[in-house]
Amino acid sequence: MVNLTPDVQGFMYPNEIQLTWSILIVLYPFITGLVAGAFILASLARVFRIATVQPIYRLALLTALAFLLVAPLPLQLHLGHPERSLEMYMTPHRTSAMAMFGFVYLWYLLVVLLLEIWLDYRRDIVLAARTHTGPMRRVYAILTLGSRDIGEKSLHVDDRVGWFITLLGIPSAFLLHGYVGFIFGSVKANPWWSTPLMPVVFLFSAMVSGIAAVLLVYRTVALLRREPVDMKCLDTVAKCLLYLFVVDFSLELLDLVHRMYEASESFRTLDFMVHTRLFLSQIVLQIILGTLVPIALLTLVQVVRLGELARRRIDTVAAALTLAGIFAMRWNVVIGGQLFSKSFLGYTTYKVAFAAREGLLPAIALLILPLLILWGLLKLLPPWAEQEA
Amino acid sequence: MDLTRRELLAKAGKFIILSGAALEAFESPTGALAADSKYRMADHYWAMTIDISKCIGCGNCVRACAAENDVPDGFFRTWIERYQVNPEDREHPHVESPSGGIHGFPPANAPDAKSFFVPKLCNHCAHSPCVQSCPVGATYESPDGVVLVDQQYCVGCGYCVQACPYGCRYLHPTKHVADKCTLCYHRITKGLTTACCEVCPTGARQLADLKNPRDPVHEFLRVNAVEVLKPEMATGAKVYYKDLDGSVR
Amino acid sequence: MRKRFEGAEHLVRLALVALLAVAAFLVLRHFLVPPDFGKYGHFRPASMDEIAARTPVFAGREACAACHDDVVTAKNKGPHANVGCEACHGPLGRHAQDFSSQKPVLPDTAKLCVVCHEADGAKPKSFPQVVSREHAGDVACGTCHNPHQPKL
Repeated sequence: MVNLTPDVQGFMYPNEIQLTWSILIVLYPFITGLVAGAFILASLARVFRIATVQPIYRLALLTALAFLLVAPLPLQLHLGHPERSLEMYMTPHRTSAMAMFGFVYLWYLLVVLLLEIWLDYRRDIVLAARTHTGPMRRVYAILTLGSRDIGEKSLHVDDRVGWFITLLGIPSAFLLHGYVGFIFGSVKANPWWSTPLMPVVFLFSAMVSGIAAVLLVYRTVALLRREPVDMKCLDTVAKCLLYLFVVDFSLELLDLVHRMYEASESFRTLDFMVHTRLFLSQIVLQIILGTLVPIALLTLVQVVRLGELARRRIDTVAAALTLAGIFAMRWNVVIGGQLFSKSFLGYTTYKVAFAAREGLLPAIALLILPLLILWGLLKLLPPWAEQEA
Repeated sequence: MDLTRRELLAKAGKFIILSGAALEAFESPTGALAADSKYRMADHYWAMTIDISKCIGCGNCVRACAAENDVPDGFFRTWIERYQVNPEDREHPHVESPSGGIHGFPPANAPDAKSFFVPKLCNHCAHSPCVQSCPVGATYESPDGVVLVDQQYCVGCGYCVQACPYGCRYLHPTKHVADKCTLCYHRITKGLTTACCEVCPTGARQLADLKNPRDPVHEFLRVNAVEVLKPEMATGAKVYYKDLDGSVR
Repeated sequence: MRKRFEGAEHLVRLALVALLAVAAFLVLRHFLVPPDFGKYGHFRPASMDEIAARTPVFAGREACAACHDDVVTAKNKGPHANVGCEACHGPLGRHAQDFSSQKPVLPDTAKLCVVCHEADGAKPKSFPQVVSREHAGDVACGTCHNPHQPKL
């Protein structure tokens, strides 16, 4: 007989004692969130024609792709029967938020991201198919889909269609991550999750995390290539990060104040949980280190005239803290939502396994994997070929 | 070597035909109802009644359910909670459910508190949030009112477990699919009652058929003070409790 | 026709690839999803039969009367009238099908009766309950009480 009671404080319904969703389900909204944010940066360059962020346009797109490709993997690892996962596409239940998300994901991956990248890179792909030798030549040839036309007319078509796709991509990116928020926000059984603010909070925190991720990727890539960072670009990115962060923080504060004021039945149990079991991850990591400190640092950069080196360093630290903070936010939503009983009379604990299928080790691997994919993408489709050509 | 349009189409065509042939090997159940079955779904709409004033917390129901349905250790398709409510502090009842009540309860006497047992199970909701949440159609309400899980189809995502306000679902630890009370569907379609009702010594738990005009449930609902769990969730729960105290969560 | 697609030929190719993929998916779906999926709701109707096909483990009280009607009649005259046979004797589905396939084990009254009748503050006051230590000491309940007609 499994002895589960030592981990429980107060009363939990017997089936609630063991958590259903693990760290992998924390990873999933975190990774998809990075995609939305990276894409928004790209759209700033393409649609809103903000010239200062143009240097990272392609980098942002490739970052988004690398993370989007990895996004379904934590879900597949979690599923009891991943071999049946195609059922979500074959018999999607239209009342289920999760089922509809499968199509939103597919739409975003194929019609928005892959198409935009292909259209933007097509000229480079065709050139590469001509100039490369060996197995890479075959790869580029396949990527051309058999068309070698890079005349002015076809490139013009690419540009117009690409612009349109990026335009379409903005609401699609909103839908992509807002939807993940809705998957949680629509669960009426869970008062920690059930709020109309959830999709909006998820969306803004996604944009914040994605921008921070691209900032760090940009700095790393520049460092590895021994190239100077475009400071105008970095400053613009940092400014975007700050503005969106302020909106995100305001939304989360609104949710908190609303709960405290209305003090409905669930509030007492949630409040207690935040002050005890979630204290480290919510108060310390998410709010203080992950939100207040980065906002303060980014504001400092805006308000005080600092030299380039100082700005670079502060922006980097702020971005890193931001990523940690947004990860903590996903943890607090997913894990926090399962730590308290739906009877509002007790709490359980979550111990992350290490080398298990849903443990820390696969989670770390899944965070490293997109970086490896990005490295491969940067080799296959170098963002800087544009300048060299 | 470049890929011509012809080559691309040829490759694609071969792939489709070969995978089509391979897939013929997959089983595709036709869904025909058993030919010799006398049971007609249209004649029944199942529910359950529970009389709190009769429950003695013996745990027979929990044990019988586990035996009837191979319920895995540590998980419960039905369970019993013991409440001790201090009249001065109704918002903080003391509740316990040691191993779901499967071995009964250690005797306790709280002289200042109102104490009682509350058996719980899947409420087979008419507007079930778990059915709404299932992405693939693996959990559903049958035409005769029973919420079931298609364990050959379930992908084990756990969304339904999160969506249930009552905590009656779990992911099966070895089958890796969602699992829960089936209202002993394999018994009630054969004219038997559920395992839990069969062994209840006081008749606190009774299977009910809302479509049967002679079923005692109609009188039960008319005469008694009846409530469902978490009525504010508007789930259309079909387990009706008599004498359920307001402090019950 | 050629003029319209001038410069967009690669997009036409892309559209064809997309159409092929959709076609392949639809073929896959045709083979994997049962044709009657959705007949009664968004699920596989065969699932109800699969669940209903399980063999019951408990026989149900009506099954016992067929062979043991003397005991059942006696029980039905006393306070245990509404207590099912298997509530005390455990699941006997196989025994009811073929009595030699499962030999019922007589329950030990020293352990069985207290499950219901041990006094507890949460049990309804009208329910017969005793503090077994005070009521009988170490003596098993069956020594004085006949489980089928427990009233002395």
